[in-house]
Amino acid sequence: MGKNIIEKVWDNHIVYEEPGKPDLLFIDLHLVHEVTSPQAFEGLRLNNRQVRRPDLTFATMDHNVPTQNLPVINDPIAKKQIMTLADNCKEFGIELADMGHPDQGIVHVIGPQLGLTQPGKAIVCGDSHTSTHGAFGAIAFGIGTSEVEHVLSTQTLWQNKPKTMEVRVEGELGFGVAAKDIILAIIAKFGIDMGTGHIVEFTGDAIHKLSMEERMTICNMSIEAGAKAGLISPDQITVDYLKGRKFAPQQQFEEAATHWLSLASDADATYDEVRIIQASEIEPIVTWGTNPSMGVGVSQTVPTAADFAEESDKQALEKALTYMDLEAGTPITDIAIQHVFIGSCTNSRLHDLRAAAAVIQGQKVHDGVRAIVVPGSYSVKQQAEAEGLDQVFLNAGFEWRESGCSMCLAMNEDVVPAGERCASTSNRNFEGRQGAGSRTHLVSPPMAAAAAIAGHFVDVREIMKASV
Amino acid sequence: MKPINQVNSVLTPLNRKNVDTDQIISKEFLKRIERTGFGQYVFYHWRFDAQGNPIEDFVLNQPQYKGSSILVAHDNFGCGSSREHAPWAILDYGFNVIIAPSYADIFHNNCFKNGILPIELSIPEVEEILATAEANPTEAIVNLAQQTVTVGDKVYHFDIDGYYKETLLNGWDEISLTIQYDEYIKKYEQSHKAFV
Ligand code: SF4
Repeated sequence: MGKNIIEKVWDNHIVYEEPGKPDLLFIDLHLVHEVTSPQAFEGLRLNNRQVRRPDLTFATMDHNVPTQNLPVINDPIAKKQIMTLADNCKEFGIELADMGHPDQGIVHVIGPQLGLTQPGKAIVCGDSHTSTHGAFGAIAFGIGTSEVEHVLSTQTLWQNKPKTMEVRVEGELGFGVAAKDIILAIIAKFGIDMGTGHIVEFTGDAIHKLSMEERMTICNMSIEAGAKAGLISPDQITVDYLKGRKFAPQQQFEEAATHWLSLASDADATYDEVRIIQASEIEPIVTWGTNPSMGVGVSQTVPTAADFAEESDKQALEKALTYMDLEAGTPITDIAIQHVFIGSCTNSRLHDLRAAAAVIQGQKVHDGVRAIVVPGSYSVKQQAEAEGLDQVFLNAGFEWRESGCSMCLAMNEDVVPAGERCASTSNRNFEGRQGAGSRTHLVSPPMAAAAAIAGHFVDVREIMKASV
Repeated sequence: MKPINQVNSVLTPLNRKNVDTDQIISKEFLKRIERTGFGQYVFYHWRFDAQGNPIEDFVLNQPQYKGSSILVAHDNFGCGSSREHAPWAILDYGFNVIIAPSYADIFHNNCFKNGILPIELSIPEVEEILATAEANPTEAIVNLAQQTVTVGDKVYHFDIDGYYKETLLNGWDEISLTIQYDEYIKKYEQSHKAFV
């Protein structure tokens, strides 16, 4: 019987196994950022330990960095955290893409872009959206700070072998439906804890037709479905993306590519669980509640208690609607927004910015709406500027910022004020995520752009049709 | 890490599903570079209003639950981010046992690294305990060696991975354990070089 890619990659990384114990796994790439690492480095110092493999470790700053008026950091505590990372990297010999460095950016944007992310690797980072790197056929997952310290010191982790799950997206995606809509639809359909204890492989025609950037959007949000990791078997699109990237194999590229392609799930592979969704049933999605599973198609209405069978779900609906200040039954397109955020490790790559720019071309941001674009990395920003996308956004009245996490978690100054609503291309709509009392609606980049122009949610497919 | 075996304490009922890490510790408190001092910020926006006044009906602000070491919650506790600041805040506030029907994976892992025991019981069992603890302040006895939670005359049995049980009972530092496997790590490094 064949093996799926999850089993192949996992088995390739076992350093030590013994019944009754988790497996000791080798880690090929450890990405480090400023928020979840200071206590880990401190732990090393206290115990007189070294970083075992600085060559497999790469650091950048993203969560806290300001996205305007660089390089001034007004917040003294944020500044200290950022400086601490720089000092730690120097002390332990770790390569750092510092603020202002051409490789700087959101950790999950730069890993793939630099070719650090490759099929078959085991990749970790002290950040739950590490699942993004699974788009290449790597096993990539988020870890806590204690585990960061463990990897720094031993280059390994003790991990119980997760179960495997296939999420198959069958058929063809409709016109104007984005990768973001696929993953939001999966989470809405199967739930926020669909993947708990599992690594998910996304399969099906609709997935393998996607570009690498779109695949990253899908894998990025597998953690929002509770999965330990999400991945996609490598194919020619994966190989083509990696060719020529800074840290990808150079002379031995063909040899590497052959190996990568051999990791794809075998045709007769099986999984512990299978979920199937038809691509044709997916429409652009808008979340109405306070977790990413609370989303519906843009043509629909905010749910009512009658839509749920379980008492606890009815209560969750009520709590969410109170927080979001929404009435059950309201058409999604009647919801007015005051902020638009295009950015985050989910949707801040060139493809996302192009898709958003195409929607706003020649139009103006609606009165009273503040719209910002935060490219995922310095290099995305440069490429977008070379194509003139910055001018499209600026002419429409968007702000054009430096790269970083920014309003995705609002650790820097980019905050949505209490009681105001944001159409956001990020990945979490938890209470207060974009600022205390803020209300987040998760959408794709074209849907966010369309909302910026209209001042409320609109079905972007109508705009796109009109311009074809 | 402090070893943990028996914990006797009043139960704090937090009857919510999908409590995410952003609620447990909000991002404005993630900038500290220490591991300690996060307890004062746990569930901050549920405990305090915009002016910083305690919200009286939130369970952590009710006097009968003061000093509790056992938090009882509903499904999928700790979903969201990998921030270990969440278990640090919970532990620093005073809880070292959590009881829930299920946990998000990363949070669950993070608990074991910090001497917090995340107990999994079935949904009906947890709902029964929540109902009892919400009706009246209720003492419970948690015993890790025996894998039991005793509430009044009811004894609930829980399962736990043997490896993590040992780690918690002994308060082991995982890195010191792993260093004993150095020869295996070296062997792996030598035999797996190209393209992994
Ligand atoms: S962009 Fe948002 S979700 Fe992504 S790493 Fe930054 S804070 Fe986390």
